[in-house]
Amino acid sequence: MLFTFCLYLSLAVFGLGSLFKAFNWFRIKIGPGARDIPVSTRIGAAVNGSISTVFSKKVFLLLKVLIVDVLFQGWMLKRSFFRWASHMCIWGGFALLLVMHGLEQLVTGALFPDYASTLNPFMFLRDLAAAFVLLGIALVLYRRLLMKGSRPKSTARDYYAITVLAVIMVSGIVLEGTQITSHVIFRDMVEQYAGMDEQDDASQLKALESYWVEAFGVVSPDVQGPMDAQILAQGEEIHIASCADCHSRPQWAFLGYGVAGAIRPFAFSLDRTGFGTFLWYVHFLTCFLGLALLPFSKFFHVVATPLNLLINAVMDEKKAHPANIATKRALELDACTHCGDCTVRCSVAIAYRQIPNPAILPSEKLAALRKMASRKKIGYREIRVIQEGNHICTGCHRCTDVCPVGINLEALWHGLGDDLAHLGYPRLEIWTRNAMGAMFETALQEGRPLLLEPSDGNVSEGYGSQPQMQSFSVCFGCQTCTNVCPVVAIFENPGEQVGLLPHQIMHALALGRTDLAMGSGMLWDCVTCYLCQEECPQGVYVTDVLYVLKNMACKKAAEAGNAATQHEIGGHLG
Amino acid sequence: MRFAFFLGCTTPFHLKAYETSSRAVLRGLDVDLVDIARFGCCGYPLKNVDLKASLLSTARNLALARKEDLHILCLCKCGFGTLKQGAAALLKDPRLLDEMNRHLEKEDLCYDGRCEVFHLLTVLHKHVGLEMIRKKIRKSYKDLKIATHYGCHALRPSEIVRFDDSVSPKLFDELVDTTGAESVAWPEKLACCGGPLLGINDSLSFKLTEKKLAGAGQAGARFIATACPFCQIQFETMQREYPFGRRENHGVRPVLYPQLLGLCMGLDKETLGLGNEDGSLLEQFLVAA
Repeated sequence: MLFTFCLYLSLAVFGLGSLFKAFNWFRIKIGPGARDIPVSTRIGAAVNGSISTVFSKKVFLLLKVLIVDVLFQGWMLKRSFFRWASHMCIWGGFALLLVMHGLEQLVTGALFPDYASTLNPFMFLRDLAAAFVLLGIALVLYRRLLMKGSRPKSTARDYYAITVLAVIMVSGIVLEGTQITSHVIFRDMVEQYAGMDEQDDASQLKALESYWVEAFGVVSPDVQGPMDAQILAQGEEIHIASCADCHSRPQWAFLGYGVAGAIRPFAFSLDRTGFGTFLWYVHFLTCFLGLALLPFSKFFHVVATPLNLLINAVMDEKKAHPANIATKRALELDACTHCGDCTVRCSVAIAYRQIPNPAILPSEKLAALRKMASRKKIGYREIRVIQEGNHICTGCHRCTDVCPVGINLEALWHGLGDDLAHLGYPRLEIWTRNAMGAMFETALQEGRPLLLEPSDGNVSEGYGSQPQMQSFSVCFGCQTCTNVCPVVAIFENPGEQVGLLPHQIMHALALGRTDLAMGSGMLWDCVTCYLCQEECPQGVYVTDVLYVLKNMACKKAAEAGNAATQHEIGGHLG
Repeated sequence: MRFAFFLGCTTPFHLKAYETSSRAVLRGLDVDLVDIARFGCCGYPLKNVDLKASLLSTARNLALARKEDLHILCLCKCGFGTLKQGAAALLKDPRLLDEMNRHLEKEDLCYDGRCEVFHLLTVLHKHVGLEMIRKKIRKSYKDLKIATHYGCHALRPSEIVRFDDSVSPKLFDELVDTTGAESVAWPEKLACCGGPLLGINDSLSFKLTEKKLAGAGQAGARFIATACPFCQIQFETMQREYPFGRRENHGVRPVLYPQLLGLCMGLDKETLGLGNEDGSLLEQFLVAA
């Protein structure tokens, strides 16, 4: 009763949850191409695209991908053998258990009329599949916890998935072990299948029980060793006549049998207290919990990832309908399994050790993006974190190349960058320039001579601790730096375009007005050609000093922002 | 001759032709390249935001090359400049080196300050030598005028990069002359391509590029020879997309030096990643050496 109720409840939650998540694929907007396309157009384009693909020659390609890349995970194998091996153990083992064991009445029973869960090969295969899943879990834990390298930290989302799998497996195996030792179950089977009566066939029953205790690990309160060889021989005879047809030797269930051996000393009390029933509840309730929460957990990748691989095979992003590209971007957020391979191969992951912003790491950036996309509003801090993270990317494409589930990460980053610019958070150079420029203007509009009081902020960041970064102090204002600057030369009225010119920046620094120097647009229009530094007769490290100022400005602008700002993201990302 | 081959971030995906042509040419000249898969960002794109993070990224690459007991051959000028500057900063300041090594330790890396960094052109000119290149040339160009584009970060700051004389460099011109082509004199030879401002201030970036292309055109050059992915992509983008209402292309095309040299060495256009148009145009100027 409880079982049936839980089954239908979890199926209902799973179904509704999946519909909700699938609807999000048509709702979430990432990138400029997605901005003005209504949900209805996206659903229409997806239906059209799917139908025209299925009824074309491409259907063979889909079939091939389904077998090679989905069933046997060929795409993943090409990228990482270790990942393939561990994932194949879990996926292959679990899929077999689900179909053959979980759905035994629907599938195995229908395929094999003589099916009994206690018979080989089913009994052995069940434990073999479980062993594969356990091995997979062990490999996954090893990779997440012990392997060296710049892997991202595993999150609650990751551990939830591993825990659910582990609980299902371990509860199932221990349950099997308690069943093997169970005297109650032995007696039940005798009563139901062997047709022996406790009173009439007492001696035969004793012989059979002795044999099962001796050979199959049943723990009995009545029969204990050492056994008489004659009785055992009689028991074996009865076993072959009455039991063997429906019950293979439990040794074949090697995991459960191992557990049975381990719990032998206290197996009888476990049996009497109904520990098996408890385990059975744990086992099926965890299965149903996993099923119900599947759409909201990492397990949803079992739906999104195969879809992503199939779409990759048949969709050319250069020619595809923008609505379908938008839908794919949203689906990719669900296809990510947070495996961290992108982060391991990321060209700038090392920067995270110096700039502790997790959004620098592609795997964490995607997680942050998924979180953002599921909400209506984002705060200033959050958006700044992802802006900085997205900015610190060299566009090297490695994350996309190594992704074992075929997510076009680079396209996601481009879309994200565009959306951030749309929200008023363009790439850091532009954003900092605007933010600092605004402050600089007010400083000059005061309408009186500049105060020569040093502003806060010393030129001491980054390489700034090195003496050459303080070299501006020997500037004598010859303006050579400004005269050789190709950027200054290109403007008719450079002061209007770039603010303080190079020599003025050096002068402002010498006067202690670091704030004015940081507010000059020149910092961001500098092409870093190093001509100024090369030509300076006083050996001022002009270009390097500008770099230090840029670093300082980035920090200052970030601090100056309004932390209370909330952005509506209804138009994009959500 | 063996080097750790530092491709950088831009070349492998966005300018594959530079990688394939460089590999082919260097193989032809008996230079062994060792690929180090763990190489990452040179540090250049991080400089605007955080110099320390940039230096750390540089140090990591230097340490990786040291681990293999190799010096670095770098394709990109920005990468070359940044790696050189980082190496110099680490050599000068032991405290900074210690600080970086504390981070690198977590990846089982340690930098001892002894990795040298060379640009592709330096290796061709100094390590391989013009004599050797001449020996490998089967056909050479005749009547082909080339404008050499040195690239800022190769030349300056000269006291650190030591690529060539920063005021009147000759290295690249001599390499171009070796192919039989004529390296023309032009006023913008040492100026910036505009690339570093792409995406930050596009109109200014393209104004600088325009100035260079116009200068090369006026000097009668058919091609601007480059040896940096940023410069090459900047010129290509400008000539392909005609941004900001520009109409004139000055009859100049960018070409990567290993492509230019590769044709003379008898390498095929596909290996060199030369498009049909550029490839055929260059071939018109080829005569038996």
